[in-house]
This record gives sequence, C-alpha cells and structure tokens, in this order.
Amino acid sequence: MREKIIIGLALFAGALLAWNMNTIFTALPDELNQGAIYRIIYFHVPANILGMLGFGAGMLLSVGYLTTKDLRYDALAASVTEVALVFASIGLATGSIWARIIWGVWWAWDVRLTSWLVCWLIFGGYLMLRRAVEEPNQRARFAAVVSVLGTVNAYISYKSIEWWNTQHPQPVLSLRNGGGMAPGMEAPIYWNLLALACFAAILVMVRVRQEAFAREIDTLRRMVHAQ
Amino acid sequence: MNALEIEGVWKYYGDFPALRDVRLKVAPGSTLALLGRNGAGKTTLLRIVAGLSKPSRGSIKIQGAEAREESTRRRIGVLGHGIALYDELSAVENLRLFGRLYGLPDPRKRADEMLERVGLSRVRDGLAREFSRGMRQRLAIGRAFLHDPEVLLLDEPFTALDDRAIAVLQAMIAEMRNRGRTIVMSTHQLREALELASHVALLQRGQIVHAGERTPQMVEDTGWLYRTYGEK
Amino acid sequence: MFLRQAWTIAAKDLHSELRTKEAWNASLAFSVVILLLFSFAFDPSSEQVREFSGGLLWMTYAFAGALVLNRSFAREVQNDCLDALIASPVPSAALFTGKALANFAMLFAVELVSLPVLVLFYNIPWSASMFGPMLLVMTLGTWALTVIGTLFSALTVNLRLRELMLPTLVYPMMIPALIAAMTLTTQLLAGDPIGTGLRFLTAFDIIFTLLAVVFVDTVLVG
Repeated sequence: MREKIIIGLALFAGALLAWNMNTIFTALPDELNQGAIYRIIYFHVPANILGMLGFGAGMLLSVGYLTTKDLRYDALAASVTEVALVFASIGLATGSIWARIIWGVWWAWDVRLTSWLVCWLIFGGYLMLRRAVEEPNQRARFAAVVSVLGTVNAYISYKSIEWWNTQHPQPVLSLRNGGGMAPGMEAPIYWNLLALACFAAILVMVRVRQEAFAREIDTLRRMVHAQ
Repeated sequence: MNALEIEGVWKYYGDFPALRDVRLKVAPGSTLALLGRNGAGKTTLLRIVAGLSKPSRGSIKIQGAEAREESTRRRIGVLGHGIALYDELSAVENLRLFGRLYGLPDPRKRADEMLERVGLSRVRDGLAREFSRGMRQRLAIGRAFLHDPEVLLLDEPFTALDDRAIAVLQAMIAEMRNRGRTIVMSTHQLREALELASHVALLQRGQIVHAGERTPQMVEDTGWLYRTYGEK
Repeated sequence: MFLRQAWTIAAKDLHSELRTKEAWNASLAFSVVILLLFSFAFDPSSEQVREFSGGLLWMTYAFAGALVLNRSFAREVQNDCLDALIASPVPSAALFTGKALANFAMLFAVELVSLPVLVLFYNIPWSASMFGPMLLVMTLGTWALTVIGTLFSALTVNLRLRELMLPTLVYPMMIPALIAAMTLTTQLLAGDPIGTGLRFLTAFDIIFTLLAVVFVDTVLVG
C-alpha cells in the first residue's frame, strides 16, 4: 500500500513537473529586466517555502516528542527536518546562482539569503547532533530541544539581520522586483510548489521508514548484547 | 508507609526494555540486597530511584513522595560508581560544599564530624586528587552519608574498596541500620552484602525474579539464590 | 533558597577555577593570540580598522569564551560529580543558573583584559565616556553567550564528540546576539551614540534565559 502511494505520488509529481517545465521554458516570455535567469525563481521560491514549512513542522513534532515521549514523533521530526535541509540547500544554491547572474556576485548579504544560511547552519547542527548521540531516547530528547531553540533562534536571527542591514545598507535582492509579477507568470510557482511538495512527501516517507529500520536494528543489537 | 515503592517500572533504551515491569516494596528500616548479574539492570534501577533518570513507564515513590522532588532528594543518599568528589578541592571543602548543597544547618561542623568518622581528619586540608584510592573512597562514603539520609542507595559499594574503606563502610551501614534507616544495596559481591541484608531481590534481564527475606541458607551458600531462581 | 543554591554552585566553580586557572589561562592566551593574528590579517594602523573593531572584539570574545563554556559542565564529568549534583536537592534550574553566573564572571574577566589589548593594538581613541556604555554592551552580550553556551555545555557534556559538537551548535545560535553586540561596539568605539541594538540584546537575553531554564531539566535528567 505504502509503495503504491509513493509510486503514485512520484508519477503525479513527475508529470506535473514535466508539464510545468514545459510552461516555464517554452510558453513564458523572458522577463523584462532579468532575462532568462528569472526562471530560477520557479525553483528557488518553492524550495524555500518547503524548507521553512519543514523546519516549522520539525519544531512542532519535536514538541510532540517532548510531551508524549513517543519515538515516532522523533522519527518524523528528524525526517522532516532533514528533507527541509535539502530544500534549504536548493534554495541557497539557486539564490546564489541568481545573484551571480544578475549582480555578478556569488553571495549577497541581503536579509533573506543570509538568515536562511544561518537557519541552514542551525539545522545542519541538529543533524550532526543526532549522529553524535547513541541512545535513541536521549537522541530524541536532545534533538527536540535543539529544534525548538533553533527555530526560535532562526526567527530572531532573521530580525537581527534585518536590523543589521539597516545599519549597513546592502543591495536589495528581490526576485520579485519589488512587487509582483504579471499574473500569468505566477502560476507556475504554485504548480512547482505542489510538485516539489509531493517529492518532499516521498522523501519523508522513505526517511521515516529508514528510521524505523534503524530502531529495529538498534533494539536487536541491544538484545544480543544483553545475552 | 513504605520507604520505597517501585510500581510497574519499565525503562527503554530505544525500544529495548532494560527494565520490565519492576515491582518492589521496601519497608522502612530494612536493608535490601539487590542482586543480579552484570547487565541485569541494577544500576539502571538505582539511577531511576536516585532521580538521575526517568522511567519510561511506572512510578517510584520514596516515603510516599516522588523521587525528583527537592524534599525527597534531601533525604536520599547516593553512593555510585564514581566517587563524586572535586579533585581540586580539599577533603573538608568537598564535604562543606555538599553540606551546603543539602541545606544542612551547620555544614562546617558536620564536615568535621564526618572527617573524624571516616578517619580523614588529619588530611582534611589535602586536595582530593592527592589522596590515595582508599582515602578517596572513604571521603566518598563520608559525602554519601553526610546529610544523614533516611534512604541510602548504594551501587556496588564494596567493589574495589581497600580493607580500611570496607571497615568504615560496614560500620556506617550497620549504624544506619541500627538507627532504623533504609538501605538498598546493589551488588554481586554476595558475602558482605548478604551478611548485612535483611531482604534480598534478584534482578534478571530487567525483571525481579525473586524478592523476600534473607534466609540463613542464602548466607551459607551464596550461590543458592542464583541456582534456584536464576537461569541455568 | 534557589538563589542560595545557585550561588553555592557558582562559588564552587569559581573557587575551583581560581585554584587551577586552567580555563582562565587558556582563554586569555587564546584571546591575545587571536587579536594578534587579526592584526596581521588587517593593517591595524589604517582608518578602516575602526569599522571592524567591534566585530573583531566580539569574535575574540566568542572564540576565547568557548574554552570557558566547554569546561563548564565538562569539569563535572570527571569523578561523576554531575550525578551527585543532579541527585542533590539542587533543582536543575539552580544548577544551570549557578554555572551560568560563574561562566559569566569568567568570561567577563577575560573580556575586561582583552579590551585594553584591542585598544592598544589597534590604536583606538578611547575616551572615559565610552566606559559606561561599553560595560553595558559587554554585560548584555556576554550574558547572551553565557546562556547559550552553558545550556549546550550541559547538552553536549556526555557526548563522544563534545569538543566538536559544542562549537557547531553554539556559534550559529549566538549569531543574533553577536550581530547586535558587534554593531553596538563598533558604533561605540567610533564615538557614535549607540542605537537600537540594545533592544535586541535585551530581548535575546530574556528569551533565551527563559528557554534555557525551562529546558535544562529535560537535558540533564529526561
């Protein structure tokens, strides 16, 4: 049943993505100021949205673990956060490429890119921490605390970098050119969001299954050692 | 009211139960020898009773109160595997520190008394790291008994003690017993423990397989308990 | 009662540290070395150095501080002292507060010594009126570093890779506080009045002190 869902989602998402790519590359005209590269927004924005949703969901699931002590919450939190980190990486990479093409710099210290990087570092640390703790309940506990603190911190970071930018004016990086795109051009963002969300769901499901296997192996190992 | 009531305690490491449905009642004034092979779960259980970790399921009541409450912890004494002393502080400083942490009315006086008791008065100003192993152990015993606890939790206390430390520990346990305090002692050194114990409990693979009074037979034939209730 | 217990813990940590001076020596030496290295990286006599003096100072504080913060709970692991503290009637929050206070004092002491070194090396024009605001920024900023560092010291204390995990987790979390402290300090040393960054630091301090006190028991016991 599970496999069927995964395959179904994959096919649906794949078809959607293919159709969307077609729209993006052939049907839409080049944007006025930015040329062809603006198309990267169709991946940059959905990736960032999914990343943020993922980190937020990870935090809620972490709170879920802390209140119930049920390891399934932890497995889900870890999976969601890890997938979110992947999408955050895509968001950062696409943002950087875009900046390179448009501004000639690989990195621009604008609010969103910088605070997104801080977020990435925080949750990269989360994943590293998980690998450093051996006992599953302790790992879940520590990871949950880091997830909660990290999410709060990510928000404060955003605000403080925003403030910092007022002290040190930076070029304003806006993929939306201050305000909006022509109506016909916005739709593909949302279609891509749907497609990528499906892929994200697949990745999370696979990852959760991995966590379940890992737990089983851990239990078996402890049983053997207890002999 | 029982000194210690362990009700339906489970402890999971991951999904593996290190303790399974442990149920134990310890009457006040009794001395319980908690026996079991290595890996049976003795240390895990004692740590939970001492408030150092939480059970996955079940409850622990010490004199009717929760283990983690401040007032409860004031009445528990713990002697674990590590000596729990600060190397860079002197013997008297270590004891005074714990006296203050336990809220004793006169930490200085109590520290002096205890140093006398464990035979370390003459080296009271020596740093703990300069002490020999036996001296450190005696100081650790002093620290555990310092606040005159009503319930004592000792995890393999006789392991690797030198003769003088064993003598001090036996004397202090005997005195506690005579004053009606409750002692729970985990061990696999059967002789010393069984001599002091009034009750025994055998832990095996996380389960209590026998709990009851200590009989003379157990003392005479130390392997009897394991043979009768343990695995072949 | 709570304060008395926290104070006992803080006094013990400071007493131990005064005896051995391990963290103090390492931290101080490290901060001077960093300042020296930075002066090779950037020309200390140029005017532009004023612009990153604040950044320089707080980076030095953050790096040197990590040595002190790591030691905080690490000193309890030897001989299983941490277990004895947790089993004692001292609540986890008081244990945390005591250690944080001790760490704060140690960090602040290192910073007070490093500050003149920076002013010296970089020829920063110093006026007496800067002292008050500087102390304020140092206090708020150092408390931010302390609160995060002490909590994560408790978290990483029993991990295999403690020395690696503590900086990895702690530095990204310190970023908002460091940004505010750096900017404020630069403004201060340039003779400008300090701006709205104080609000950030204060908010950060309050929020994370609360979070730390709430979570420390979960981290230490379960």
